[in-house]
Amino acid sequence: MKEVILIKFGELSLKGLNRSSFESVLVKNVRQAVKPLGEFEIKKSQSTMTVAPKDCSNMDSYAEAISRVFGIAALSRACVCPKDIDIICPTAAEYLQEQLEEVSTFKVETKRADKAFPLKSPEVSAQVGEYILDHFPHLTVDVHNPDVIVHVEIRDSSAYIHGRPLQGAGGLPVGTGGRAAIMISGGIDSPVAAWMMAKRGIELTAVHFASPPYTSERAERKVIDLLGKVADWAGVIKLFVVPFTEMQEAIRDKCPEELFTVIMRRYMIRIAQRIAESQGALALISGESLGQVASQTLSALCRTDSVAEMPVLRPLIGMDKEEIIRISRKIDTFELSILPFEDCCTVFTPKHPRTRPTAELIEEGEAPLKADGLDERLMDEAARNAVRHWIAPNRG
Amino acid sequence: MDVIYLDNAATTRVSEGCARVAVRVMTEVWGNPSSRHRMGMDAEDVLRDARKTVASELGAREDEIFFTSGGTEANNLAVLGGARGRGRAGWRVIISSVEHPSVDQAAAQLEAEGFEVVRIAPRDGNIQIDDVAAVLTDNTALVSMMLVNNEIGTILPVAQVARLLRRKKSRALLHCDAVQGFGRLPVSVTALGCDMLTLSGHKIHAPKGVGALYCRKEAQRSLRAILYGGSQQEKYRPGTEPLPNIAALDQAIRELPRTPAQRTEKIAALNTLARQELAKRSEIIINSPEDGAPHILSIATGCIKSETLLNFLSSKGICVSSGSACSKGKKSRVLSQFGLPDHIVDSTLRISFSDDNTPEDVLALCAALSEALGTLARFR
Repeated sequence: MKEVILIKFGELSLKGLNRSSFESVLVKNVRQAVKPLGEFEIKKSQSTMTVAPKDCSNMDSYAEAISRVFGIAALSRACVCPKDIDIICPTAAEYLQEQLEEVSTFKVETKRADKAFPLKSPEVSAQVGEYILDHFPHLTVDVHNPDVIVHVEIRDSSAYIHGRPLQGAGGLPVGTGGRAAIMISGGIDSPVAAWMMAKRGIELTAVHFASPPYTSERAERKVIDLLGKVADWAGVIKLFVVPFTEMQEAIRDKCPEELFTVIMRRYMIRIAQRIAESQGALALISGESLGQVASQTLSALCRTDSVAEMPVLRPLIGMDKEEIIRISRKIDTFELSILPFEDCCTVFTPKHPRTRPTAELIEEGEAPLKADGLDERLMDEAARNAVRHWIAPNRG
Repeated sequence: MDVIYLDNAATTRVSEGCARVAVRVMTEVWGNPSSRHRMGMDAEDVLRDARKTVASELGAREDEIFFTSGGTEANNLAVLGGARGRGRAGWRVIISSVEHPSVDQAAAQLEAEGFEVVRIAPRDGNIQIDDVAAVLTDNTALVSMMLVNNEIGTILPVAQVARLLRRKKSRALLHCDAVQGFGRLPVSVTALGCDMLTLSGHKIHAPKGVGALYCRKEAQRSLRAILYGGSQQEKYRPGTEPLPNIAALDQAIRELPRTPAQRTEKIAALNTLARQELAKRSEIIINSPEDGAPHILSIATGCIKSETLLNFLSSKGICVSSGSACSKGKKSRVLSQFGLPDHIVDSTLRISFSDDNTPEDVLALCAALSEALGTLARFR
């Protein structure tokens, strides 16, 4: 049986004049997502897209890959059949047999794009419905609240039959929202933040701070693996691993202990910003959630944000840990995130961090680092020596 | 970069001889030992030879040796199979609180099945026989105690436990996980007086994937299999025997120095050298007891996290292990059980020697540790 996947666009069907450019990005993203699975054809019409694989034996893989493409509201596996009501009826019953057997009510909805088709939509629905009732005696028709809707679409070339749709990833196509740089540590939050911004159409660049020997090579590998999971949704990601040991040791040697974390984060923002600019990114993304730890209080965020010259997007800012964990499980990063490697140097964590540092206090605390342009030199070196990795999606 | 490997309690390099034997068996004697034809019989000869070697090394009989996929499986077979065979739900199982996870977690499974598991913690650095006696009951099905603790090298009083069980006329089976002692210390099942004993190949230069369980003939009727399948190894361990690995284990045992003194001479000297060198840094604390197994030396800095130190040494090509499983609040269960305070547990390193190591390795390690103490950030 010849099958295709019908894709219903998400929010982008609302976009006005930009619509065609949004659509072409979406087509490109769908193409990328299913490319590893084999040969296929993509057709676009109005607010649906049709993916027709040459080989229909792995339709589940196609559906799974497409369900991770942002900008899609819903998708359905549909069966293609000749435009003949005597074929449409038995095909619908056979193709949707499994779904029909496990429910008790249904209705048929017909869309007739080909107005030359001899039967009108309600007539098609009536005939298909009758055939199904005959063959599944346990079923009744419920036009208001059916368990399953049998869709019949009469198009120019053929008829399409499909049942229950699958939920799409929602959001906007990656690449329609510009580029931003995610600061990724390896914990639970940052991959989720990256995923959420990709969902809004952002293309990702990633920045990770490594402080060997306080952090290990395994911690770095963990970040690469995490980004691989995000790339399943966001497409290829370029990662910069920034050597951060010297900067951190300088902070430890020269700054007051209770301010270590805030000052460290300020330098992370400054360095990430340099990399972001070089990559054409317009914003930074961070996984902070208000009040989660001392460096994520509102006053600490004020202090870190004051060194940012670009917006710092914080999609998790109002979320509880449980909500964040739920998403991390959905995108399959949770188990990786909780692998116990040191990240961002817990060694340097002060015993009693300041939760409400004032601007003056921080300026004062940073002053010794700025003497003789030490911090500029260290930032230059860190940004220049960052190691690049291309992170490809983990699965097809 | 040359690698200095001082993590021999984790695993050892496969010896040339063992690798050669394994390849020969893979390419020449590759029959299935259960087959009735010539090839099968040749393979069976290899299996028999290996069983003979293991048995004679342990002072056991050939029909008391069962090959497994490694230490974990042998420990599971002994703990699960022994307790289920000798007792039933409601009965007691006694283990030390410093066992390897393959014993500890097998016991946890028995707990889920309704057994009562009593874990005895060390006092004054070791398990006290009185503590075992105090919890030994008439319905104790199994006592399991390791020979050498894998994290700090303490030698546990297995033979004394055996005497206790005999004195009390206990029905309990005694199992000994000897993975860390086998090949280093004299391991004789009669001297230890245990009913079951676990050993593993890859700790003595055989490949990973092979171990053995000794089970005394009279105790075998109380042993329940944990795998089901063909009739290999009297159904105690069904499955086609991994002959290349088993033959390599045979070879590894043959390659061990003959006398106990010869077996420890070299590593004991390395251990002494390391202790002398490390004594020069006042920060360094030795966790291992003086009378422990000589191949394991557990130390702590008290001020640099294990993971940091491990990364630092690794960047210099020196491989050791951290005593503690990780740093994010999950402390080493075993080190804490030995009564070590948190800052020691967090900063512990396990150094472990084999005959492949040289005094130069030890000196390089000590120099690197000294450098680390001078440069790395401290947590207190």
